[in-house]
Amino acid sequence: MGTGVVDGILTGGVYALMAAGLTLIFGVMEVISLAQGIFVILGAYLSYSLETHFGIDLFVGLLITIPALFIIGVGVEWAFLRRLKSQERIAMSILTTYAVFIIIEGILNVVYGTNYFQLHAWYATRSVHLLGMYLPYIYLFGFLLAVGLLGIMFGILYRTRFGASVRAAMQDRTAASLVGVDVRRVATITFGLGTATTAAGGMIYGATNSFDANSAEDLISRLLVIIVLGGLGSIGGALAAGVFMLVVEDVIAVVWSPDWSTVMFFIILVVVLSFRPMGLFGRQAARAQ
Amino acid sequence: MSPAASPAAKADPTAPLGAVQSRAVRRAGVGAWGAILLVIALVPVFADNPTITSIGVFTLIFMACASAWNGFSGYSGYISLGNGVFYGTGAYVLTYTAIRLNMSGGWSMFALVPLAGLGAAVVAIPFGFVALRVRRHTFVVITIAIFFVFQLLAFNLGFTGGSSGLTPPTPNWVGATFNNPFYYVAFGVLIFSILLFWGVRRSRFGLHLLAIRDDEDRARGLGVKVLRVKMTGFVLAAFVTGMGGAIFAFFVGQIFPQFAYDPVFDVTVALMTFFGGIGTISGPLLGALILEPIEQYLTIQYSIGSVYLIIYGVLFLLVLMFMPRGIVPSVGDWVRSLRARKWRQGDGGAVPVVVTPPAPENVPVGARGPE
Repeated sequence: MGTGVVDGILTGGVYALMAAGLTLIFGVMEVISLAQGIFVILGAYLSYSLETHFGIDLFVGLLITIPALFIIGVGVEWAFLRRLKSQERIAMSILTTYAVFIIIEGILNVVYGTNYFQLHAWYATRSVHLLGMYLPYIYLFGFLLAVGLLGIMFGILYRTRFGASVRAAMQDRTAASLVGVDVRRVATITFGLGTATTAAGGMIYGATNSFDANSAEDLISRLLVIIVLGGLGSIGGALAAGVFMLVVEDVIAVVWSPDWSTVMFFIILVVVLSFRPMGLFGRQAARAQ
Repeated sequence: MSPAASPAAKADPTAPLGAVQSRAVRRAGVGAWGAILLVIALVPVFADNPTITSIGVFTLIFMACASAWNGFSGYSGYISLGNGVFYGTGAYVLTYTAIRLNMSGGWSMFALVPLAGLGAAVVAIPFGFVALRVRRHTFVVITIAIFFVFQLLAFNLGFTGGSSGLTPPTPNWVGATFNNPFYYVAFGVLIFSILLFWGVRRSRFGLHLLAIRDDEDRARGLGVKVLRVKMTGFVLAAFVTGMGGAIFAFFVGQIFPQFAYDPVFDVTVALMTFFGGIGTISGPLLGALILEPIEQYLTIQYSIGSVYLIIYGVLFLLVLMFMPRGIVPSVGDWVRSLRARKWRQGDGGAVPVVVTPPAPENVPVGARGPE
C-alpha cells in the first residue's frame, strides 16, 4: 500500500511532465496531439540507440534527444498543423496527428522490429532501501528529472517574455495577436516544447517498462485521460491528475490486481466527468462550444 | 461544410438557379448511387474469386459503419473516436449468444445480427450519457477513454474469453460462394443504414442535429432538446455499427479483444467520412468504397503491418492536407463554379450582382462561432 503510493507519486511525476506538454499544446493551439504517445516511444528508441551504439548514458543522451524531439515537433507543426483551417480544428488536428502517429509507428516497426525493448543502465535495475521500502533508482532519478524539467517549463512560462506570450495566447488568441504577440510563432515553439517533454518521458518510460511501437497507444490513452481529468489546457490540473491517477493505479495494483488497475484509471475519468464535465481544474465553459 | 447542396439553395432565396441546379444534381446523385448499389449487388454473381467477395464484405461493412459514424458525428459535429465500442460490442454479443445457445453456424446466425445491434445500442445509452454532456473536444477524448475501458473489460472479464478470444460457430457453406451470404447480409445492413440516415437527414430530428453542429447554445435556446437529440443520434449510430461488428465477427470466425475493439476502426470510419465529405450522405459511402478496398489490398500485399501503416498514414495526411472538406463537397463546388461560369458567359454582362453564385471560397462553411 505504502509502496503503491510512493511508486505512484514517482512515476506519476513523469506522466505529469508528458501530460503538461500535451495540455500546454492544447491551451495555446486548441489542438490535441495524438502523436504525443508515439513521440514518447520515439524518445525511448532514440535513447536506446544512443546508449547501445555510442555508449551514451541515458541521462546524458537527453541533451541530444530533447532538442531532437523539439525539432521534430516544430517540423510537424510547421508542415501540417499550421495549415489547418479554423473550422473543425480539433477534429482535424486529432486526425492529422493520428496520421503522424501511424507513420512514425510504421517507421519504428521497420527500423527496430516488433520485439520488446527495454533501456539498460545500472540505475534501471538497482534499488535503494529508503524509509523501509525498496525503490528502484530509476524511479527516483526519473521523478527528480521530471520535477527539474517542469521547473524549467514553469520558469519559461512565468519568467520570460516568451512565456508571457504563451500565457497570453492561452487566454485569448485573438487578443494576444492584437497586442502584438506573434501567435503562430508562439504556437510553433509551444508545440516543439510540448513534444520535447516526451524525450525525457520516453527515456524514463523505456527504462521502467518494456516497450514496442504499440505501447504508444496505451500511453496516449493515459495521457489523454490525465489531461481531460485535470481540465484541458490547465497545466496545474495535468500535474495533479497525473500524480493522482498513477497513485490510484499503483495502489489498486497492489491491493487488488494489476488487471483491474488500468480499468480503474478510465473509470475514474468517467465518474469525475459525470459530475464535473470540465475536469477537475478546467475553466467552467470559458469558451463557447 | 454547408450540408451538401440542398440547404445552400434554401439559404440563398435570391438564387433560384441554385435551387434548380441542386435538385438536378441531387437527382443525378441518387441515380448514380442507384447504379453503384446495383453493381455492388451483382458483384458476387459475376466474381467467382473469393478474394474479391471477401474484400467486398469488409467494404460493405465499412460503408455501413462509416455512414453510421457520419449519421451522428458528421451531422452533430461531435467527433466520436469511440465507435469501435459498438463494433466490438456487436461482435461479442453475436459470438457470445451463439455460443450460449449452441447454435450451428448456418443462416440462423444472421438472426443475431439485429440483436447485436440492439446490444450496441443499449451500451450507447450510458456511454452517451457520460460523454455527451461535455464540451466537444473533451467528447473526442472521452470517447477514446471509454473505448479503452471496453477493450480492457474484454480482456479482463471472464465471459469474453480474455485474450484468447471467442470463436463463433463456423458455417458449413463451402466453395467459392462461401462469402456470398455474408456479402448479402452486409449489403442489407448497408441499405438499412443508407435509408435510416437519409431519413434522419430529411427529418426534423436531422435538422436538430445540424442545428447542434452549427451552434449548440443557440439551438438549445430555440427549444431543441439538445441532450435527447444527441443521444438518439448516438444510439442510432451504435445500432448500425453493432450490426456491422456482428457480421465482422461471424465472417472472420474468431474474435480477440484487440481486433473487436480495434482503435484503428475508430479512426478508419472517421477518415473515410472526412475523405468522402463529412456531413453529406454520399461522402462516407464513397470514402469507404474507395479506401477499404485499398486498405484490404495493402494488407494482403504487404503482410508486414508496418509498411501498410506508413502508406496508409501518408495517404491519410495527403487527404487531410489537400482535400480537407472531402471529395463530395469539393466536387460539388467544382461543378457549381463550372456551371456558374458557363451561365455568366451565356448571359454576357447582364447578370445582376445579387444572383451571382458564390465562388467556392465564399461558400459559407456552416457558419459557426469560434470553436
